[in-house]
Amino acid sequence: MNSTYIATLELAAGAVLLSAIMTLWRRNVRSIVAMLSVQGMALAAVAIVLALHEHEHALLITGCLVFLVKGLVVPHLLRRVSLLDPRSRESRPLVNVPASLVFAAALIVLSYVVGTRITSLSPSSATHLAPLGLATVLVGYFMLVTRRRAVSKIVGLILVDNGIALVTFLLTSGVPLIVELGSSLDVLLVVVVLQFLMVSMRRHSDTDRLTEMKALHD
Amino acid sequence: MTGTISIYAVVATLLQVVMVALGAPLLVGIMAKVKARAEGRVGAPINQPLRDLRKLLTKERLHARHASVVLVIAPMLIMASTVVAVAISPLVSTHPLLGSSADILVIVYLLLTGSAAAALAGLDPGTAFGGMGSSRAMTIGALAEPAFLVAVIALSIQSGSSNLPSIMVSTLAHPQWVLGPSRLLALGALLIVVIAETGRIPVDNPSTHLELTMIHEAMILEYAGPELALVTLGETMRLGLLFSLLANLFLPWGIATHSSTLSLVAGVVSLALKTVLIALGVALIEVRSAKLRLFRLPELLAGGFVLSVLAVVTGLVTR
Repeated sequence: MNSTYIATLELAAGAVLLSAIMTLWRRNVRSIVAMLSVQGMALAAVAIVLALHEHEHALLITGCLVFLVKGLVVPHLLRRVSLLDPRSRESRPLVNVPASLVFAAALIVLSYVVGTRITSLSPSSATHLAPLGLATVLVGYFMLVTRRRAVSKIVGLILVDNGIALVTFLLTSGVPLIVELGSSLDVLLVVVVLQFLMVSMRRHSDTDRLTEMKALHD
Repeated sequence: MTGTISIYAVVATLLQVVMVALGAPLLVGIMAKVKARAEGRVGAPINQPLRDLRKLLTKERLHARHASVVLVIAPMLIMASTVVAVAISPLVSTHPLLGSSADILVIVYLLLTGSAAAALAGLDPGTAFGGMGSSRAMTIGALAEPAFLVAVIALSIQSGSSNLPSIMVSTLAHPQWVLGPSRLLALGALLIVVIAETGRIPVDNPSTHLELTMIHEAMILEYAGPELALVTLGETMRLGLLFSLLANLFLPWGIATHSSTLSLVAGVVSLALKTVLIALGVALIEVRSAKLRLFRLPELLAGGFVLSVLAVVTGLVTR
């Protein structure tokens, strides 16, 4: 029982970071969004496995909520946003894909070096995995700064959010339900706002590259 | 192990070399057959690569006019380095002769010796295609090598040793490692590396001589007759070795761990089954995907590299 618990937890936490890497790797916006959906589900799996192990009902509810919002609703909305744009590729990121993958590798090593110092303060099978969440956060920030398209930036933001959620689950076995509810709905709101923004940006300037927008009109 | 040489170790080593030498061309034949069937063709019989080799052996030796001794030595180097790597790796049994020196780094660098020899042979006759092929092969090799080494480090972190037989033995003792995240990530990275090193489809298309895209074929363009047979067999055995290592590192069950005739037979049968399974998988990847543009290859290989780094870090985290 205990070894299955650890194995599942490791697998799910690994899947969260792996899907973050995959979003950097793939160019097609649709497969990036699919990876995001996988990440949301893996994150939910982490929460649910932890909840079953520690018998925390609130965490179980949080897990189901994460599954619904981050695994299904947010990717669905993003898919609809990306359908607005026929050119569904991240064409010219500021840092090219091979370089950003190598950079991601460096970020992973960095978060391992930093993360293990923190987790060694209170070692347990769950806290050991926290560096993976830290790495997800860093990869998310990297995506936020280096990608030009609005959809990619939102994906970066969601990666950061998912990484923070993963660290929280692993270190504290979950925050109060209301906090998690707040942050999940926050992301949902951002995506909905993005959808409106994209439509109006497209109407104005026929692009969704944020760097190419020089001024805001009303 | 010192002093006495067990008869089983000798038999296992011989079995490995013979099996890879005869089996690897059959693996290539099986992959070609699967591809042909998936494309709606009948395809050549699966022993076609062996027949091709036999035909080449009966032909005349021909050398390009400006070729130097490098062209003559390279096939032997390719063959010799591959045979040594096959002989010492744990493929059929975990105790082949010199199994204690089957360090993963030794295997990697033995294979690298073969690639370097092939690249020099491509440059030697001074033709345009040969040079181009060598340059591309070295570029891909230089990108794939770090991923290979780091992925292997991920495997040795878990077992605490970089000796191939002991990695396999400790995996047999801890079957839960196989489905751990570190192993799966390393498997992904090694699969990319193996496809790159053996020149299969997303990286190189072994069945064309189209000058714009060929990599490996361009290097051996100047070979004919028995030397072409030697180079081809060497490269095919390298594919067989990489597939067998992949199979045994991730699914070591069946490999002979003690000295008895029965376990050697089981080792042979299980190795054949596992490598055929991997060949089928690679053939399906080939059917489903198109060859990548050369400029997109760094993306694939950098992906392999980051997977292997991820494998190392998850291996350290979950240790």
